[in-house]
Formats: sequence, C-alpha cells, structure tokens
Amino acid sequence: MSITVSNISKSYKKVKALQNISFEVKEGELFGLIGPDGAGKTTLFRILTTLLIADKGIATVAGFDVVADYKKIRNSVGYMPGKFSLYQDLTVEENLNFFATIFGTTIEQNYELIREIYVQIEPFKNRRAGKLSGGMKQKLALCCALIHKPKVLFLDEPTTGVDPVSRKEFWEMLKRLQQKGITILVSTPYMDEATLCDRIALIQDGEILEIDTPEAIVKHFPKQLYNIRATNMYQLINSLNAYEFNYSVYPFGEFVHYTDSRIDFKPKELKVYLESKNLSNIEIKKTKATIEDTFMELAK
Amino acid sequence: MKNNKVIQVEGLTKMFGDFTAVNAITFDVEKGEIFGFLGANGAGKTTAMKMLIGISNPTAGKASVAGFDVFTNAEDIKKNIGYMSQKFALYDDLTVKENSMFFGGIYGLSRKRIKEKSDALIEELGLEKVASKLVGALPLGWKQKLSFSVSLIHDPKIVFLDEPTGGVDPITRRQFWEMIYKTANQGTTVFVTTHYMDEAEYCDRVSIMVNGKIEALDTPKNLKEQFKVANMNDVFLKLARSPSPALPKGKGAERKNTFQN
Repeated sequence: MSITVSNISKSYKKVKALQNISFEVKEGELFGLIGPDGAGKTTLFRILTTLLIADKGIATVAGFDVVADYKKIRNSVGYMPGKFSLYQDLTVEENLNFFATIFGTTIEQNYELIREIYVQIEPFKNRRAGKLSGGMKQKLALCCALIHKPKVLFLDEPTTGVDPVSRKEFWEMLKRLQQKGITILVSTPYMDEATLCDRIALIQDGEILEIDTPEAIVKHFPKQLYNIRATNMYQLINSLNAYEFNYSVYPFGEFVHYTDSRIDFKPKELKVYLESKNLSNIEIKKTKATIEDTFMELAK
Repeated sequence: MKNNKVIQVEGLTKMFGDFTAVNAITFDVEKGEIFGFLGANGAGKTTAMKMLIGISNPTAGKASVAGFDVFTNAEDIKKNIGYMSQKFALYDDLTVKENSMFFGGIYGLSRKRIKEKSDALIEELGLEKVASKLVGALPLGWKQKLSFSVSLIHDPKIVFLDEPTGGVDPITRRQFWEMIYKTANQGTTVFVTTHYMDEAEYCDRVSIMVNGKIEALDTPKNLKEQFKVANMNDVFLKLARSPSPALPKGKGAERKNTFQN
C-alpha cells in the first residue's frame, strides 16, 4: 500500500474537520478525493504530507508513519497545495532550481520526468513566478513537486477555477505521470473529473460517503433516474418540486434529473401533470446516474 | 434603440500596451435574460466584465449598461447593477444582518427600505436563526446564496455573477441556480460566468470568448447543433482548443499566455 489512512480524526476547536476517515491507496493508483469546499480535503492532505498532526488515528505514506517518520515522508512525496505556494519573486527557473537543491538533486538529473510539462513554460524561464498566468503557475508548481522524483504525489485541487480545456490537459498529464509509476492522490470539487480516477472517495463535512471505482459508485444509485425537459426550465423545476410524488429534482444541464418516490411510477402520469401546468414539449426519458447524482443522493 | 436591451456592446476593445485583451466584441443582452459569458482562463472575460461594470475604461468601441454609457456614466452603472464574485463576497466579521444593512446603506436605500429588504432577504433564505451570527462562520454555500441576495438588495436591473458557484457542493450549486432562474423570471437580467459546463446549459444564451474575441453566441441548443456535439462541454472544447485564425502568432500569443489570468 502506498497510502494507508486508519480512523483519522481532526478538529479545529468546535469544527470537526475529519471524522474517523479510513482508506487505502495502492501503489501506482490514481485516487481521487471528491468533495466541495469545506469537506476536509485540505486537512487530510496536510496530515498526510506531515504538516499537521491528527487528533486520532494512524496514517502511513510510502511505508512511513506520518508522525514518527515524517522526515522520510518529506523526502519521498511531492505536494502541490491548493494555494499557489512558490516564491513569487523568484523566476521560473530559480524556483525549480531551489526545490531541486533542497531535495539534494538537480534539474538535469530528473529532467525526463518533468520534460513534457516544463517545455511548456520553458520559454518563460526568466519570468518571475508571480507574473505567470494561472495555468502557467499550475504547471510550474507541478514541476517543483516532481523535481525530486517522488513516489507519491499529492495534488490539492489542482484544477479549481481552471477552464475545461486546461482541466482536460491537466488530467492527461496526470495519466502520463501515473504511467511512470507515481502514486497520485488528487482532490477536486469537479464531479466530472471523478471518472478519470481509478478509485474515488466521496467526502463531505469531514466524512467519507463512499469509496469505490467510479463505475461501481454510480451502480449503487438506488433509483431509476429520468431526464426531463420542457420548454420553460424554471417552470418545469417549480412544477416538479410541487409534485407530491417527487423524490429528487435537480437541474442537470439541459435536463432536470428526476426520481419518483413510488415503485410503480408511470412517466405518462407525470407528463399529464406537467401538461396541466401548461408546460409544452415535454420529454421524459430514462437515464443513468452520474457521480454527481450519487453524491447528491448520499449527501441528502 | 429598443429599451428592452439592458446591455448593448459594439466593438468594445481594451488594449494593454500593444496587447489586445478584448478585441472588438459586439453583443446585446435583453431584460430578464440569463446570459452565460464563457471562455478559457485568459480569454479576456474578466477584462470585458470590468468594462461593463464601470471599473475599467475601454480603449475603443461603444457600450451601455442599464441605459448608461460606460465611457461617460460609469458611476451611474455602478449604482444600477448588482455584482457578486467568488472571491469577494461579504464581510466575514459582520453578521448576516449587518452585511445586508451595510450594502443597503452603500446603495443609498432609506433606513425603512433597508430594514424591509434585509428582513425579507433573511426570511427568504431561511437564515432567521443565524441572522446575528458572523458571516465567517457560515458554510460556503450559504455565504454564496447570501452574497447573491445582497447583490440584489437595491433591485438592480442587471446582476453580474463572476464564477458564483466555484467549489460549492452540488446540491447548493443547484439551489443557487434556482435563485438565478427566479431572479431572471422577475425581470432582472443575469450575466454569469462559470467553469461548470452543465451550468452553461441553464443559460438562455451563451457567448464563448477565445483570445479576446467572441467566437460563438447563441442558445445552448443552437450551439450544440452548430458544432454537432451532444453537450456544451464539447462545444467549449471544440472552440477553445482550436487556434483562432485571428490569434496573433508568436509574440502576441506568448504575451497573452503570460499576462492574462
């Protein structure tokens, strides 16, 4: 096991940031922590990267205990915090050199690992880190986290606030790093990114809701889900919310995702009801649940 | 000039030195419309939005917002619009009630009106129990909903929302959009940016900026048909990934990547 977390709890005064969290990450696995802001993701990252001590529980990273062997862990992991934490007034190259030096290595020695990412920012190697765009900062931070060839890579919300194109590229980079044998623990508030992980933990309010492969998690969705569409979205949502047999009503892109509380639900009846609310072009079709549907069901 | 257009933009341009951040964009937004303003990081969205809310002077072009000219009446624009961003929401060390009263005061509402409005707002959001708690102690989702309501406290004709749902949990994100629908349904125009492509589908019309230009503007349905794809995410990927023919090559493109966020 590359990471083991066993009954970890952490509180800040009255706030329970993490409550009895347990999971394991296998060597070479790409494992995702999926949850909104305030779920406890960053606290967990800080505990695993030895920057914070848990109130309760045991955790190991790359075979080392996070408390007893913290120095060994620091040498064998890379950490990219959610907040940009490089030296803003050092240049791109100086930052990278700095991190290589403190880990007792050189850029040349591990260049192969970062090459693909670094070539994209190399044209700006003499620019100060503080003057880079968001996407460039993110790439530099990833290079700095990789320069000592870590066994385990921790990425705390690397794609938050990043547009869909750059997000896609970032995940492609992660996949290639994984192929080089690096274990990756990554957190994200974007549910659509969950399907790109080998396994995921859904986390909210300091508790893990479920751990499994993305495919298995969506199979656990307990109800038949329907896509509903009509001409006026707002009116459709209001009418569905007012429908006495609804179980869940969530806008989902161009559709509303709907589940009914009855076992013998007949879509035709619902259509008649919606027509009585003056809705037109009504379409009701079965659909499959996504990670986001499952998350909302579990978090209900 | 039709008076149901609350935003009218023609050839709006912003240059920083020799770099064109916003390149002659033209569009209208109607009363009560939910208008999605999308684009990759660095495409020029924030710069364009700053001009529309009256805090950045355009280099060229024409624009009026809520009936006021961005060149000559920027101060009037500020009074007649609401604005909410993910970054600056509310004062953490003021209570829920104090925040709403503070913003009511800023917009020059009468004492009576401020009280009415903040009571109504707290009731509507179901925040009676936490009305005298510090905003800093509230969960992010509540803060964002409160922040949105506060941005509407002076009954603006239009509200600008800059990534209002970033990092918010999926249930709250949907409650937030129900508030947006309600607001638009009452006649307030909603101008919104987001990185969640499912939210793009909730908009009446969507514009997509690429390298300072609006490369697409239509209803989500028409955009999907136009690009022959199943969802807005694919529309976005197709547009924002293909280099625009108008994109300045070499130096210009590098500068774009470097300075824009």
